[in-house]
Amino acid sequence: MSFQTVTKVLLQGFGENCVIFGVTLLFALPLGLLISFGSMSRFWPLKWLTRTFVWIIRGTPLMLQLFVVMYVPGLLFGVVMPNRVLGITVSPRMMSALIAFIINYAAYFSEIYRGGIESIPVGQYEAGQVLGMTGPQIFFKVVLMQVVKRIIPPMGNEVITLVKDTSLARVIAVQEILWLAEEFTAVGLIWPLFYSGVFFLTFCGVLTLLFGYIERKFDYYRG
Amino acid sequence: MSILEVRDVRKSFGDTEVLKGVGFTMEKGEVLAIIGSSGSGKTTLLRCLNFLETPDAGRILVNGEMLFDAADMCARSEAELRKKRLHFGLVFQSFNLFPQYNVLRNVTLAMELLSRESPDFKKNRKEICQEVENRALALIERVGLSDKTHAYPCQLSGGQQQRVAIARALALSPEILCFDEPTSALDPELTGEVLKVIRNLKSSDSTMIVVTHEMEFARNVADKVIFMADGIIEEEGTAQEVFDNPKSERTRAFFSNYTEQ
Repeated sequence: MSFQTVTKVLLQGFGENCVIFGVTLLFALPLGLLISFGSMSRFWPLKWLTRTFVWIIRGTPLMLQLFVVMYVPGLLFGVVMPNRVLGITVSPRMMSALIAFIINYAAYFSEIYRGGIESIPVGQYEAGQVLGMTGPQIFFKVVLMQVVKRIIPPMGNEVITLVKDTSLARVIAVQEILWLAEEFTAVGLIWPLFYSGVFFLTFCGVLTLLFGYIERKFDYYRG
Repeated sequence: MSILEVRDVRKSFGDTEVLKGVGFTMEKGEVLAIIGSSGSGKTTLLRCLNFLETPDAGRILVNGEMLFDAADMCARSEAELRKKRLHFGLVFQSFNLFPQYNVLRNVTLAMELLSRESPDFKKNRKEICQEVENRALALIERVGLSDKTHAYPCQLSGGQQQRVAIARALALSPEILCFDEPTSALDPELTGEVLKVIRNLKSSDSTMIVVTHEMEFARNVADKVIFMADGIIEEEGTAQEVFDNPKSERTRAFFSNYTEQ
């Protein structure tokens, strides 16, 4: 089997990983912010409901969550995963993987947001209040930028973990890169396994550079 | 009519009663210094005036208008509160500048957000923003920081940061400007520049309340001095009366502790 053929197959598989990565970030980043508001709510039923939810999601394996999303709707409730969303065709397996990843990562992101928001000194809110700003103005104009600066390092960590976690989708038979690389072992080829690692290394290398760049962008101030 | 009238304000945190019925009046253009040892309720009183704390009892009137009445629960919506806050300005002990914005933006931000609410903002956006900026530049010049207009708070000394905070508080032209121990977080050699700025603000139309430990400053600048102890006003009068002829035993004890240091 030629290097080119393997590269083509692996690239195709890595495409699936990239889809999971991109779609998860797209939905989990805003959803995580909503969840973090819930877990900081002064309305205690909402607060405890959200915190219990986050505890369950963070306290169980992502692999288990993939199985649950894959099998529970169909087997327990007879619900079939939609295979077209917004005019885009998605296989039911991919759909399940996306839902599980989004929920899982939103829970982790929510805790990062919460840590960031709660680390802003109360004096910043009070300064906004005495200057006659509304709650939303204080959040968006005063607090948010400071939160973003503080959460970039833990976010970078989590996003890089996500790149590698995308391989877990193979447990519900999404044909991502590791699934395909492993298939080559059937014809006696080991090196595609190592080669697949290069894809992850490259992607994570680019992300590391990107996060370093963003961190430097925020270096112009302290606090 | 008094510009500010505070009647019997009380505030407890848990079981600790911090303000045990505080009342005083102020005339327009007056400078009031509030002195007293730590824990006497000075800061809590200022925070109540700025609605950062809600008093448990009492009333606050500005220009005869009832701004706060503990007996009237309905007037406490967030929108109402915002309008009421604009009568007051507050300079914090720890500055609380917005670190991500430069000096100019720190001063313009609140003005700009407020002017966006005016109905003709969209039409005259450019002129309004220019006006806001000019006003901010004038204020920055007034506190002597024209050369730092584009610096960030982390590049400034504590004294400079506090002067920016004063310009920021002045931006919305509050009727009553409050200072909460404005020099307590500063190195001794930096207190002078901040006190000088505050002293220069004294004019017929700016009313100020200064909570301070700087006795010399209080004596020279204040028209009226209040000495607080244990959540009540122990003594009140002109600077001469309170500093030179204190009537209360506790006031005398407080001053003698000060001179010994």
